[in-house]
Amino acid sequence: MEAFTTHTGRAVPLRRGNVDTDQIIPAHWLKKVTRDGFEDGLFEAWRKDPGFALNLPEYAGATVLVAGKDFGTGSSREHAVWALQNYGFKAVISARFADIFRGNSLKNGLLTVVLPQAAVDTLWQLTESDPATEVTVDLVAREVRAGATFRESFELDENARWRLLEGLDDISLTLREEDSIAAYEASRPTFKPRTLTA
Amino acid sequence: MGRTLAEKVWDDHVVRRAEGEPDLLYIDLHLLHEVTSPQAFDGLRKNGRTVRRTDLTIATEDHNTPTLDIDKPIADPVSRTQLETLRRNCADFGVRLHPLGDDEQGVVHVVGPQLGLTQPGMTVVCGDSHTSTHGAFGALAFGIGTSQVEHVLATQTLPMAPFRTMAVTVTGELPDGVTAKDLILAIIARIGTGGGQGYVIEYRGEAIEKLSMEARMTICNMSIEAGARAGMIAPDETTFAYLDGRDHAPTGPDRDAAVSYWRTLRTDDDAVFDHEVVIDATELAPFVTWGTNPGQGLPLSGSVPDPASFADAGERLAAEKALEYMGLSAGQPLRDIAVDTVFVGSCTNGRIEDLRAAASVIEGRSVADGVRMLVVPGSVRVALQAVAEGLDKVFTAAGAEWRHAGCSMCLGMNPDQLAPGERSASTSNRNFEGRQGKGGRTHLVSPQVAAASAVTGRLASPADLDVSDAALPAGV
Ligand code: SF4
Repeated sequence: MEAFTTHTGRAVPLRRGNVDTDQIIPAHWLKKVTRDGFEDGLFEAWRKDPGFALNLPEYAGATVLVAGKDFGTGSSREHAVWALQNYGFKAVISARFADIFRGNSLKNGLLTVVLPQAAVDTLWQLTESDPATEVTVDLVAREVRAGATFRESFELDENARWRLLEGLDDISLTLREEDSIAAYEASRPTFKPRTLTA
Repeated sequence: MGRTLAEKVWDDHVVRRAEGEPDLLYIDLHLLHEVTSPQAFDGLRKNGRTVRRTDLTIATEDHNTPTLDIDKPIADPVSRTQLETLRRNCADFGVRLHPLGDDEQGVVHVVGPQLGLTQPGMTVVCGDSHTSTHGAFGALAFGIGTSQVEHVLATQTLPMAPFRTMAVTVTGELPDGVTAKDLILAIIARIGTGGGQGYVIEYRGEAIEKLSMEARMTICNMSIEAGARAGMIAPDETTFAYLDGRDHAPTGPDRDAAVSYWRTLRTDDDAVFDHEVVIDATELAPFVTWGTNPGQGLPLSGSVPDPASFADAGERLAAEKALEYMGLSAGQPLRDIAVDTVFVGSCTNGRIEDLRAAASVIEGRSVADGVRMLVVPGSVRVALQAVAEGLDKVFTAAGAEWRHAGCSMCLGMNPDQLAPGERSASTSNRNFEGRQGKGGRTHLVSPQVAAASAVTGRLASPADLDVSDAALPAGV
């Protein structure tokens, strides 16, 4: 997982609440065999509408998604996170995220930032009135900054923050236990089976 | 205080334990198949990681594989891609693979045990919920998600929070004609599809001890249908005898060391389970499901229940919806339910004993007009054994279709599916809406009931067939 310290980019306002994982990535995309290539499936149904925010040229290349409350409800599909990342998003801001989606996002290095709805409203106004507005999501200082005046701090549990700052996924963390794993392996009985016979 | 079987196996696999953190558990065997592994291998590639222990990893193709014309290219491009991806991943990372056409190919949970790779006291994982099957050997075996598959590939470990323990004690002996499938369906009906949530279930008691290894696998396989993370049965002489002579079973001094360790894998007399359930085996009869979850089952002699008879509002609603989906009405005798399709196979009931049981019922009889019967061995080895015993001929002579090994109609990812509205008697494990094909209706049954139902065209037990047949047990 890539470390996340601070990110600055333009933001897309998504004025919708209760965005479920079926909307983020529809089920028929789950047949794919990769974690890549889900970008065209992201919000597939909504993107058929030319007026949908992601279709507007002024938001092309945006990397921060500012969404309504209860983002990522529904199924546990990790594909929802992959789709957002594949599309280019580095961070999602919302007043509330579904638990499983949030867990998956942090596992994959997509920063989910919880801000009060009033702050989300302000970001929507800023990015709608001037789509070139740059939004900074700073995990070191634990704050979001935008335009000349917007500055709002956010919380993230210490363990999750540490893993993001260090770019550690569960696997990297476990790999730090190399010595314990190797010691355990050295003590495994010889009668345990192996699939490969040398 | 003493420990349970599950706790002993758990403790023996703790790589690292720290206050306030999950235990890091070592994994002895990692099974892979084509559906849940592609993104995990992708993750390894992206991070420049390797498979830590290719010698504890094995892959087979099962979910997407066709059961006809296996020498021809697979028609469905999506299925073909999944299989080709697995082949490339296994080649790139050095993982042993048994692809379609190989003599060791088959459903992942049939392949591990038949190779002797599943042994007592091991930790076994697979990106598949029916990994619980391997618990029949006294292994701690559970299904995992794709991220965890990647974690195990990279580290051969998993951070895990401990399970709770449940004992299901089955007293007495199963009556003649009552099988492991009937028993597990009855257990699930009793504890409910969520009753095992968070637990490892240990099946014990006289009836369990008398079961063959294959029957024990049928029991443990469906633990997940009660919501449990895993099911286990303490290893005994039956277990050791099953393993002897298998490819990967220990031999010589290794066997002695293994068996003396395996004998310690029993729940201590003073151990305490978090929950206990007792079932009287002598009261059981052939069991079938009438609804759309595996807990909605009854003895075959019963009738479709009236949803109003359920005290719990949730269950009442579930029963109403189930009857609607299944096209059944309250009070209808289960024996009157006509089936279009009979499926014998899956990791629940696709082993040689299951095929023998179905064949013994159908031998000298015919599949009823208008009924399609598919017999799909759980693995190529099972198929070869069945052919050596002439079982394939018994099935085809009766009018059944003898197919190639795989998951097949258990989940219909390949072309073997129910058409909308079609009804099956199936030896598989899930009767969910649409599981065997969009709009398909599934009744879960034992191999014996499946075969008898094929003959009569309605849900039936062998005892309902020609009762003058002396080979059949009476009173079933
Ligand atoms: S046979 Fe059915 S339950 Fe078993 S692994 Fe295959 S699809 Fe899953």
